[in-house]
Amino acid sequence: MTQAATQAPATDAPPPAPELRELVIEPKRGWIGVDWGELVRHRDLLGFLIWRDFKVRYKQTVLGLGWAILQPVFFMLVFWLVGASAGIDTGGVPKPVFYFAGLLPWTFFAVGVQLSSQCLVNQQHLLTKVYLPRLFIPTSVIVVGLIDLAVAGVILAIIMGVYQVAPPAQIAMVVPLGVLLLGFTLGVGYLFSALTVAYRDLRYIVPFFVQAMMFLSPVIYPVSIFGDTWGWVLKLNPMTGIIESFRAAVTGTPIDWTGLGMGAGVGVLTLFVGLAVFRRIERRFADIA
Amino acid sequence: MTNAITLDAIGKAYQIGVRAPGEDGLAAAIRSTLTAPIRNLRRLSGAEVDSRTFWALRDISFEVPQGQVLGIVGRNGAGKSTLLKILSRITEPTEGRARVRGRIASLLEVGTGFHPELTGRENVYLNGAILGMSRAEIDAKYDQIVDFAEIEQFLETPVKRYSSGMFLRLAFAVAAFLEPEILVIDEVLAVGDAKFQKKCLGRMREVSRGDGRTVLFVSHNMATVQALCDRCVLLDKGTLKADGEPAEIIERYHDLAAGRASTVYDLSDRAGAWEFGTGAAMVTRVEIARARDGAPSAFFTSTDEIELRCTVSARERVDAFRVAVIVKRADGTPVGACFGPDACSLTERETGTFRVRLNDFALAAGTYCCELKVGKGNPNEGRTEFDAVDDVAHFEITPETAADGSAGYWEPAWGAVKFQAGATERIA
Repeated sequence: MTQAATQAPATDAPPPAPELRELVIEPKRGWIGVDWGELVRHRDLLGFLIWRDFKVRYKQTVLGLGWAILQPVFFMLVFWLVGASAGIDTGGVPKPVFYFAGLLPWTFFAVGVQLSSQCLVNQQHLLTKVYLPRLFIPTSVIVVGLIDLAVAGVILAIIMGVYQVAPPAQIAMVVPLGVLLLGFTLGVGYLFSALTVAYRDLRYIVPFFVQAMMFLSPVIYPVSIFGDTWGWVLKLNPMTGIIESFRAAVTGTPIDWTGLGMGAGVGVLTLFVGLAVFRRIERRFADIA
Repeated sequence: MTNAITLDAIGKAYQIGVRAPGEDGLAAAIRSTLTAPIRNLRRLSGAEVDSRTFWALRDISFEVPQGQVLGIVGRNGAGKSTLLKILSRITEPTEGRARVRGRIASLLEVGTGFHPELTGRENVYLNGAILGMSRAEIDAKYDQIVDFAEIEQFLETPVKRYSSGMFLRLAFAVAAFLEPEILVIDEVLAVGDAKFQKKCLGRMREVSRGDGRTVLFVSHNMATVQALCDRCVLLDKGTLKADGEPAEIIERYHDLAAGRASTVYDLSDRAGAWEFGTGAAMVTRVEIARARDGAPSAFFTSTDEIELRCTVSARERVDAFRVAVIVKRADGTPVGACFGPDACSLTERETGTFRVRLNDFALAAGTYCCELKVGKGNPNEGRTEFDAVDDVAHFEITPETAADGSAGYWEPAWGAVKFQAGATERIA
């Protein structure tokens, strides 16, 4: 004790911050809002998590980022083959461009949902041994997918070049479409990652959900094949509007604004539901993880 | 002085599931299987009502002035870690309220969030950010962290290639240079080799003494608690038992521990139901005590002599028998044995108590138990065992305290016996 008191004080310490924030810890009930201030204060952490997830995603793989290209290219070839034999009409758009343009947003969504739904249960120590804004964990996994998306976008440009599809003026639409895609994927990711902590059944449900979504989204077919009677049901799926509009944006065909609007509405709603459910279950993470 | 932390009647309850009722019979089993999803849904969503509530913490109130180093002590399951988790915001209290002034960082585990695929340098940044540091703060501390961890040449190597010692040094180093107003630490000092432990302890002193930081420190190592803390609180079964000077609280902690550990083993109700030996004479009671003063105890230092008092009841006349003691580790691995001389005698229906002293040994810190045997003879002329009792006389060898307050270091891999080293002489 006495020898400790004679110890020289640390010289490297900055003077204590003058204003100290007071934190009140108490049981909370019901729905809890997102603490945006906290997210902003910890923004560096989100940066590091994104950077970690990016570095780790393709560590010790031979192809590295090549996988970001290979997967959609492979599916494009399969769809091309299947679509040709099934006689699917792509409305005059060259088939590789049609399929690849649809596969870009779809792959981002499917990979993002699958990886994010597992990210909390796979990193339980981040829930039980330390406190950090947990929303960052699924966020970073999904945001890293944007890099894959950008790389695949370069391939799309090459394919378009090969088939001499000139980018129209409305190609600028890919930016707001990307934001909508990110928002919807985050919503589903928040929802599933939190639910997976509480109910491990989601491990079985998520792959099923992604597969079903693939058939319910116009990845392999144009939404027009459903006609006007049932097409609107499909448009409630945000991926329908996103994929169709993305194709339209790069090939210059008219954008279906009604369909996109319906999808955007459902997408934004999903984001809010995802955030709300995540925040509600988050309180119990450490107890049930 | 203002309070950094104010706890007001904090409580944390956990639900302990109970076995689903009515699980007999095929019809019940089928019904149970069919309704399982609904039951599970109710249970997992927390709506289940008929589960028992277990209070890990109840009605904990105290205040921690800014700049104080508070030790939190208690036996396993006392609620120490739960309290730290509530203050760290990892888990939410069930009742009560805590006010925390200033930024709080918690170290409940060394190296939380370290990723094996990333390099040492990358992990410093990642772990620092997870612990609540901004990029600028980590930049400013980076050189000191690397210097402290002594791993300069491996900074660009993925940490999965690190030895466990290197990993722990780097992990502790990041934590050691955290500069929150309040630091919450759980047992993280128990890492690395003796030299590094000392270094960590020194750094802890700097952190806690140097610039008025508030520290909450949980440890089972009383020597460290004594060396670091200004004040202690004692938790037991989720309630606050005592609050005061470290020396006083540590004494109460030992009392509590000693009171919990039994020193007397009553084996009389085994009569007629022995499992081993002829039963001619049976052990009915075992007591463990410190040989120096004869005080019943289950806690010893590694050089204390231990006394076992073994009460034996004879069914018939037994002459020239002995009492043997086999000392085992908590997991049942034998450590060693001692055999008394064949010099005990009892007449028919007589009960006697025999003392066996374990002298001249040095055991490493840890938990041990004994097996006692009574019998006579030797392997050459034939041996007769009367009785044996296992898993009695549990005792604990407490870690020695070095002069500087660090614990006497002993790795489990070195075994349970501390041999006395003679001189090492060059002979060729």
